[in-house]
Amino acid sequence: MTLKTVLHAKHLEAGAKMVDFHGWEMPIRYGSQIEEHQVVREKAGMFDVSHMTVVDAKGAQAQAFLQKLLANDVAKLTVKGKALYSGMLNEQGGVIDDLIVYYFSETDYRLVVNSATREKDLAWLNKVAADFEVTLTERAELAMIAVQGPEAVSIVGGLLTAEQQQAVAGMKPFFGVQAGDLFIATTGYTGEAGYEILLANEQAPDFWQKLVDAGVVPCGLGARDTLRLEAGMNLYGQDMDENVSPLAANMGWTIAWQPEARDFVGRQALTEYKNNQTEKLVGLVMLDKGVLRAGSKIRCEAGEGIITSGTFSPTLGHSIAFARVPVATGDEVEVEMRKKWVTVKVVKPAFVRNGKSLLS
Amino acid sequence: MSKILPELKYTDSHEWVRDEGNGIVTIGISDHAQDLLGDLVHVDLPDVGAGFTAGDEIAVVESVKAASDVYAPIAGEVIEVNEELEDSPELVNTDPYNDGWLFKLKVEDEGELDSLLDAEGYEQALDDE
Repeated sequence: MTLKTVLHAKHLEAGAKMVDFHGWEMPIRYGSQIEEHQVVREKAGMFDVSHMTVVDAKGAQAQAFLQKLLANDVAKLTVKGKALYSGMLNEQGGVIDDLIVYYFSETDYRLVVNSATREKDLAWLNKVAADFEVTLTERAELAMIAVQGPEAVSIVGGLLTAEQQQAVAGMKPFFGVQAGDLFIATTGYTGEAGYEILLANEQAPDFWQKLVDAGVVPCGLGARDTLRLEAGMNLYGQDMDENVSPLAANMGWTIAWQPEARDFVGRQALTEYKNNQTEKLVGLVMLDKGVLRAGSKIRCEAGEGIITSGTFSPTLGHSIAFARVPVATGDEVEVEMRKKWVTVKVVKPAFVRNGKSLLS
Repeated sequence: MSKILPELKYTDSHEWVRDEGNGIVTIGISDHAQDLLGDLVHVDLPDVGAGFTAGDEIAVVESVKAASDVYAPIAGEVIEVNEELEDSPELVNTDPYNDGWLFKLKVEDEGELDSLLDAEGYEQALDDE
């Protein structure tokens, strides 16, 4: 079965090259993937992310439920609209999925989870929710458009009503607000400013067209992948999965260890792993010709590792990658490329932010 | 639909061959091949003077998405490579049959040209994929 978002016809109309993405037929690129990447770094591009899964969690124990479910602590959220990034772990301390949770009140939250993991996520959410007074509602009637880039906020602003403009005025990063018929959030997956906008399915094609007419360039999953990798953002299923600890996936910052009494799922296994951590996620930079690819083997004095995501960075003009390697890994590793071993530099796993290189 | 030029010869591994006369041929990858690969970021070309037989790995084209070997369509010696591709690999995407050519060979046996696909044969091969 092939799933299609409500914007499917828009993609075909624009001549998109469509691919299967975990059961969804999605645009990989419309024209040049590198040009789509650059338009997001320099102006404004947009992505159809309607395949993602939105779940509202409401009820007297919504907060307690999420404190059990997530490795990060929703008690940190006290300002209406504030969002939090977290891993959702299994009892073995592996990552079931990564997600964003928006806070409206202690009885009202919204989760946005991946599409590839939708079914197991919903099953897990419902399983954990069984012990709490909370109602979960999947919002399949909502489409989602991510408008990203330095000009994204001003262009979207031109399409909003006066009330909506007021609702988003001065909104800081990682907030979301229901503004009339749009839910507008200052989140994204590109390392640029912009919005992720949730709206009714039937409204989405018209809103997409208005964005096109206002100069926003449709971009495919190809550019989305190179942008997120440059920005140092993980992709579920590649950089972490159920068999990988968040500590070995550069997600240590998303784990709230305090208060110690909070018994979130996976805490015990995670604590054990922390005391005996074997692997970490690093960035790799290769200035020579060639492109680092996911799955390539790594070796260094500290042992062996693997590239989890790799690509050519259009912004930097050379290849970059994430790699899971032994914790004692130093400044350089060797990567197996087309049957040769090539020495590459190890850096922090983030490369570009707001259009600028983070490499020193 | 990808473009196929009627005057060229092709291989089923998506190289094209232009007969320049006097035993010289120019070789590149087809419009279909560049479209499959997406934006090219590197092209590894052979050394001038190197000799190859038909089917040898002779060059590598690498895109954001994947690396792909280019095979020598016929035997010969490399007499020139497209040095523009060093800084502008995207020429293979924008103009695969002209500015995006890869290298020229002095062929050993011009008779080998007859073993290649003509435009119609290549179109048929694409339809069968």
